[in-house]
Amino acid sequence: MAVTTARPVAAGRTTTGRPAPARRRRRSRAGLTVRIVLAVVTALVMAFPLWVMLTTAFSGQRTFDADVSVIPRRFSLDNFSRVFAAWPVGTWFGNSVVVSVITTVVTVVVSVLAGYAFAKLRFPFKTPLFLLLLATMMIPTQAILVPQFRIVNSLGLIGTFWAVIIPGAAATFGIFLARQFMLAIPNELMEAAELDGAGSLRIFWSIVLPLCKPLLAVLTLLALMYQWNDFLWPLIALKDPTLYTLPIGLQFLQGQYRTDYGALMAMTLIAVAPLVVLFLAFQRFFVQGLATTGIR
Amino acid sequence: MTTAPTLPVTAGPPATPSRDTGRLRHGRRWDRAAVLFLLPSLLLAIGFLIVPMIAAFVYSAARIAPLSGRVTWVQLANYGAMFTDPTFYRALLNTALFIGLTVPLSMAVGLALAVLMNSVLPGRRIVRTIIYLPLVISGVAVGLIGTFLFNDTIGVFNGLATSLGLPNVSWQSRGLPAFISLVLITLWIRVGFTMIIYLAGLQAVPVELYEAAQVEGASGWQRFRFITFPLLGPSTFFLLIMNVIYSFQVFDTVFVLTNGGPGSATEVLGTYAYKTAFGPARDQGYGAAIGVVIFLLTLIFTVVQWRTNRNRDEVA
Repeated sequence: MAVTTARPVAAGRTTTGRPAPARRRRRSRAGLTVRIVLAVVTALVMAFPLWVMLTTAFSGQRTFDADVSVIPRRFSLDNFSRVFAAWPVGTWFGNSVVVSVITTVVTVVVSVLAGYAFAKLRFPFKTPLFLLLLATMMIPTQAILVPQFRIVNSLGLIGTFWAVIIPGAAATFGIFLARQFMLAIPNELMEAAELDGAGSLRIFWSIVLPLCKPLLAVLTLLALMYQWNDFLWPLIALKDPTLYTLPIGLQFLQGQYRTDYGALMAMTLIAVAPLVVLFLAFQRFFVQGLATTGIR
Repeated sequence: MTTAPTLPVTAGPPATPSRDTGRLRHGRRWDRAAVLFLLPSLLLAIGFLIVPMIAAFVYSAARIAPLSGRVTWVQLANYGAMFTDPTFYRALLNTALFIGLTVPLSMAVGLALAVLMNSVLPGRRIVRTIIYLPLVISGVAVGLIGTFLFNDTIGVFNGLATSLGLPNVSWQSRGLPAFISLVLITLWIRVGFTMIIYLAGLQAVPVELYEAAQVEGASGWQRFRFITFPLLGPSTFFLLIMNVIYSFQVFDTVFVLTNGGPGSATEVLGTYAYKTAFGPARDQGYGAAIGVVIFLLTLIFTVVQWRTNRNRDEVA
């Protein structure tokens, strides 16, 4: 499905097999040194902002006035306890979990169903319907804020989690991922089951779905990432502070704590940690999904 | 959701129907179950994407009262207002500038990193993970970390500059530095994405081509210029579209890092549309009109890209 697995033969090969002349070998050693230096510098630059967040969060200090310390001097959880004592951070964390898990489950189910139809079923207007859904991926959130708000408001959903969950599940990127994956499942499998008298639902459930575990993993992780980080629409839809998700809470605390970066970085750490852990555990699936869909 | 096409390298032409849709299956008629499979996604897409998009066009011809939400029709008055709105022009210009800086820079750096990470290198996986990591961090968190790094008085960068004896930069109180801080923080989260796509493209380049070029005595740069880069055409094309769309629709990071300021020095269309419709002014008709402009520009760009690059798309 993904590019990374598309041509395994080419990917697995290296440029060995021919003895290189001594001059080239010497040059390649110099090249290796240059590459290592570049890689180390890159890693340091890329890790720096996260490092700053980490050390500041655990510094236990309110502000860093004239005391910018990139090297951690002490370890303290004061910043965390301070924020937790003042604001319902635990509730926001729970809200984020509830909203992203429900939205993700709905997104995955809806995407897999539609993907199967587009990959394996025969029905009229298949191509126009597919193009229509493809086109919806181009609709920017900013372009539909006003009507979306009026629709969700008139459905009486504003002030509930459904205001975020239902529009969030309307993401169509998963359909394309699912279709692409399922196109690769051989039709012979399905035809054999059909001869045995299985219907579309049964084929989907007992033949196609068990083969889709990598797809489900990629879809789940991408949807989780997207929902966990979603900001613009929840900012409009969740007005009640007890309903805030972490990004909204984080932005709210920015106004409360202003330059108290000890508190702010502690909160930021809480907001990013779950995804960072997920990413480290399932990097392969994340990368596959990102490479295929371009969703960030 | 902010995305357009699937990756050209793997995705076939999107409109191609699957193999078993023809008349092959013993002249069977269509699968009624398809309705069940499709209904949830179609309902959601129609209800929360397609209808709102059409409604955005409708509301863009309205004046919506801030409190009561009462609608009066004003035809094209909202679009007329844009022509005399200096903040709109500024947001448009800033958005163009933001695209013009972030897209080429993130693609160049991402490509360089992909080439680097595709070479023989100890500890390659760790470095790769570190480069990817900012990708999964929310725009709000990124913006917040940014405000700490770039704070005028207690910021990390100015603190480092002071300890190195360098002059401080007014990252937040002056327009140009604020804009640069936005571009830098965007690059931080964007290069990983660019690298993923280029790395996937690089792994699809047949090794035989490099071997042949080496036998012919081609230098490293020549191999890159005449083999790698042309074969990465589809990836470049895909990245161009995606990066332009992402930069065009930037919101979270700007909203938290600069909130469009100082003044309107970093105001972009995304933040301006939000502020207009849901800020103190709550001019939702005008906000919808700005939204329509954002949609149309996205549409135009995507279509132009697809048409002009159709030939190059067939390289791989």
